[in-house]
Amino acid sequence: MTAVRDILRTMDYGVAPESDEHARAWLAAHGGGFGHFIAGAFTPPAQLFDVFNPARGERIARVSQGTEADVAAAVAAARKALKPWSALSGDARARHLYALARHIQKRERLLAVLESLDNGKPIRESRDVDAPLAARHFYHHAGWASLIADEFPAFKPVGVCGQIIPWNFPLLMLAWKIAPALAAGNTVVLKPAELTPLTALAFAEICVEVGLPPGVVNIVTGDGATGAAIVAHDDVDKIAFTGSTEVGRLIRQATAGTDKKLSLELGGKSPFVVFEDSDLDSAVEGVVDAIWFNQGQVCCAGSRLLVAESIAERMYAKLRARMEKLRIGDPLDKSIDVGAIVAPVQLERIKRLVEAGEREGATVWRAPGPLPERGCFYPPTLVTDVEPASILAREEIFGPVLAAMTFRTPDEAIALANNTRYGLAASVWTENVNRAFEVAAKIKAGVVWINSTNLFDAASSFGGYRESGFGREGGREGVAEYLVAPAAPSKPAKAVRAALSALPGRAPAPDGDAIDRTAKLYVGGKQARPDSGYAYSVLDPDGKVVGLAGLGNRKDVRNAVEAAAKASGWGAATAHNRAQVLYYLAENLESRADEFSERLSAQTGAHAREARAEVETAVRRAFYYAGFADKFDGAVHATRTRFVTLAMNEPWGVMGIVCPDEAPLIGFVSLVLPAIAMGNAVVAVPSPSHPLSATDFYSLLDTSDVPAGVVNIVTGEAATLATTLAEHDGVDAVWCVVGPRELSKAVEAASAANLKATWTRLPPRDWTGEQGREYLRRATQVKTIWTPYGE
Amino acid sequence: MTTLSGDDTPGRVRRLCAKARRPLDDELVAALGLADDPPTVGAVCVYPTMVATAVRALEGSGIPVASVAAAFPAGLTPLKARLAEIEYAVGQGADEIDIVITRAHVLNRDWNALYDEVQAMREACGGAHLKTILATGDLKTLRNVYSASMVAMQAGADFIKTSTGKEDVNATLPVSLVMLRALRDYRDLTGFEIGFKPAGGLRTAKDALTWLILMKEELGLPWMKNDLFRIGASSLIADIERQLSHYATGRYSATYRHAMA
Repeated sequence: MTAVRDILRTMDYGVAPESDEHARAWLAAHGGGFGHFIAGAFTPPAQLFDVFNPARGERIARVSQGTEADVAAAVAAARKALKPWSALSGDARARHLYALARHIQKRERLLAVLESLDNGKPIRESRDVDAPLAARHFYHHAGWASLIADEFPAFKPVGVCGQIIPWNFPLLMLAWKIAPALAAGNTVVLKPAELTPLTALAFAEICVEVGLPPGVVNIVTGDGATGAAIVAHDDVDKIAFTGSTEVGRLIRQATAGTDKKLSLELGGKSPFVVFEDSDLDSAVEGVVDAIWFNQGQVCCAGSRLLVAESIAERMYAKLRARMEKLRIGDPLDKSIDVGAIVAPVQLERIKRLVEAGEREGATVWRAPGPLPERGCFYPPTLVTDVEPASILAREEIFGPVLAAMTFRTPDEAIALANNTRYGLAASVWTENVNRAFEVAAKIKAGVVWINSTNLFDAASSFGGYRESGFGREGGREGVAEYLVAPAAPSKPAKAVRAALSALPGRAPAPDGDAIDRTAKLYVGGKQARPDSGYAYSVLDPDGKVVGLAGLGNRKDVRNAVEAAAKASGWGAATAHNRAQVLYYLAENLESRADEFSERLSAQTGAHAREARAEVETAVRRAFYYAGFADKFDGAVHATRTRFVTLAMNEPWGVMGIVCPDEAPLIGFVSLVLPAIAMGNAVVAVPSPSHPLSATDFYSLLDTSDVPAGVVNIVTGEAATLATTLAEHDGVDAVWCVVGPRELSKAVEAASAANLKATWTRLPPRDWTGEQGREYLRRATQVKTIWTPYGE
Repeated sequence: MTTLSGDDTPGRVRRLCAKARRPLDDELVAALGLADDPPTVGAVCVYPTMVATAVRALEGSGIPVASVAAAFPAGLTPLKARLAEIEYAVGQGADEIDIVITRAHVLNRDWNALYDEVQAMREACGGAHLKTILATGDLKTLRNVYSASMVAMQAGADFIKTSTGKEDVNATLPVSLVMLRALRDYRDLTGFEIGFKPAGGLRTAKDALTWLILMKEELGLPWMKNDLFRIGASSLIADIERQLSHYATGRYSATYRHAMA
């Protein structure tokens, strides 16, 4: 033992071990291996694989590899439990969630120690972050269970949810998945990561302990094959996945056309932006929490340090001094800052990437503190001389490695911050509040922390832009992911029309002596000839030609998307300004009501009165969304003290909208107007059979001050154009709400490339009644901005 | 250790000094293996009129006597009077002088006035060390704390100190952190090493450890020794003694078993 005399001289820290006695006892009690938790009971252990403690490289448990049969049994149990569970009153479900929260709290230390043993994260984090936030999540959602009936009237649970979670926050991600699902009346089959299944199994025992009805929560352990079986299972209504972008893409492809709801929380390469007027010492502490929290194995880790060139050397010097103080070692030592990497395979990946960066010429500086002799450890690392083209600036490392770059101006900082396929989070450091909010608004990320980093709370939503996924977890937005909007009155869809024909020779409809008009495409505020050079005959119900429309192809879509991207100023215009434009559109449509009515009748054979009514509804719809343009407000969430947590509804950017065939005017208006009211620029594919109502719309757009590129219209085959839109990386969201399953399958599969959000296969509906917040919610994504206050 | 009360008497000061000489009883010192070099306190701090008593009581111990001066704790008498008080305390044998700044200079951002005031006091101290109390509880914002720290150091303070112990809020961790960052910046800019003293409200051994960790993390070992770091209130020693006793014996001690200050 060190003499007091020596301690007084060196003032070195001693060890501060957290006892793992109870966790070890729990593991010993399950020495025969863990089964799956299905229908309220554990199955006999089978096909066991080893679970390791990465800090010591020792096996600590054996769990079962879930087979297709296990998954099927779990899904069947969840299906069986769904009806009674969703039929419970909100209050009754709230009591169950409350009990889960209480018991997580009562077992908090056991869960924390278990998490650190299994994952390698410091006990300081599992004890102070993971476990308390997990309990908080259940408390928060106990509240939602009570409130959903009032707050989401007529909404229904989605059904059986398959949930697949990663190894970096095993218990917390379980809470993020299970709590909202259960609150909304769903039942779940959850698969924890194969590297870290233990806290999920302990949670299963807690479910038993609190008397949760069997089958409401099912936990199947196993690797990616087990996850794939959940994704592939026909009787699963929704997949919620947190993990790598690579796997998220596979899941998007696998679920394409299945009508499964999907939410994906994927990877990131989040910028940590430090301006010259920031409090540098605080920013340094921010970096510690951004990239060395959980050894950097955090999807929203601030892994790209963007620092003003004028202060870069000072910042790096302060950072290196701080890094020298970081203590790396036994996760169960309470004074350890940085614990173990989750597994050798991840350690190898980190080493490989850093070496690749070094070969590219980056300067790698590793914290000099000693590493434990055994176990999976990697030192906190600062990499400078990195450029946007460097592998270390582009690839998600998922380790304690910070890549630093410099910028000259705020504009350049924003450009660098957005120069990534990801868009999960960002951290902005400046003492200038005006600059802070401007930068927060311009960074494409689902969460922006101002002068702070890596803050989470059950009441605020979390989720990504771009290839970081879609859907939100936490708060009202997160609950909405587990609910289905009330179904509109159903109306059988009309029979699928014949293929579009570019061949001449059909007889014109009566009134053929008017001056011949040619409908072109509408791109960037100008009429454009289709690239193909072909036009197709638009027929009335009797097969007579009422006009010709351009046969758009992928190049027309390309041009339209480019025009839409140039119209980004529309999203930055004031909501009042957008409202004025929509009102003007209504005004002009009404003044040309006769013409639009006649056109409808001519195309669809609708009775004049019906056609007139459709035009009047379209005018009202324009008024409705003009009214909503400045009223679809965000929220201020009640999260932590001394933080304002804003949820802002932001437009996607460029949207592709494929309109229903059967309602040429009102279908087009019902989809395009909410999208542009929220600030999106749209590439619309109108009704293929009856495109002329949309092409007549050009002149309305021109005369109503709709800026060029905000609405672009490409007529032609819906399937071809929809797929091209879904494939286009410059399109941020696609609505293809009607059409056959093959179309939604093609669109969803194609969307996997940039993981754009899709909205497909609404039940057939009467479009005259279709308007409301759901359309606005689908036309926006939520950005959460955390701002501290106090000085 | 400190006594700064209106009812201080020579007897009270002598009792404090006796405890300062032997803060831990011999048995405990032996059990800790420190018998050949028993710990003492960093200084004894009193009012100016008690300096002579303290100096006599600590004679031969090597423990410096500190005196508050310059119209402690409000500091709102004429500068001339405050300087005279400093000179008096130094004349009585004080080795260290604790002054408190004019908060108005900070609140009104009159940095030149603050600089001139502290510099004049620095001169009045002669060979004595100058500890500058910022009375951070009155300054309110961390920005004020940082700026006042910088000006005080530029004007010649050997130590910067958080509080008189008489403000509503005494030493807090955020305020201490900002002051440490200021003195770290000052060191980096000038090469001068300035000391730090959190004061008021620190009563438990756990508090002391918390601040020691802060010093270690922010500045390192030199700032954990008494020439650059002071901490304290008389009540602190009672808790430290009990905790050391627990360390040495494995049993929890009772306050009455230890000599009072």
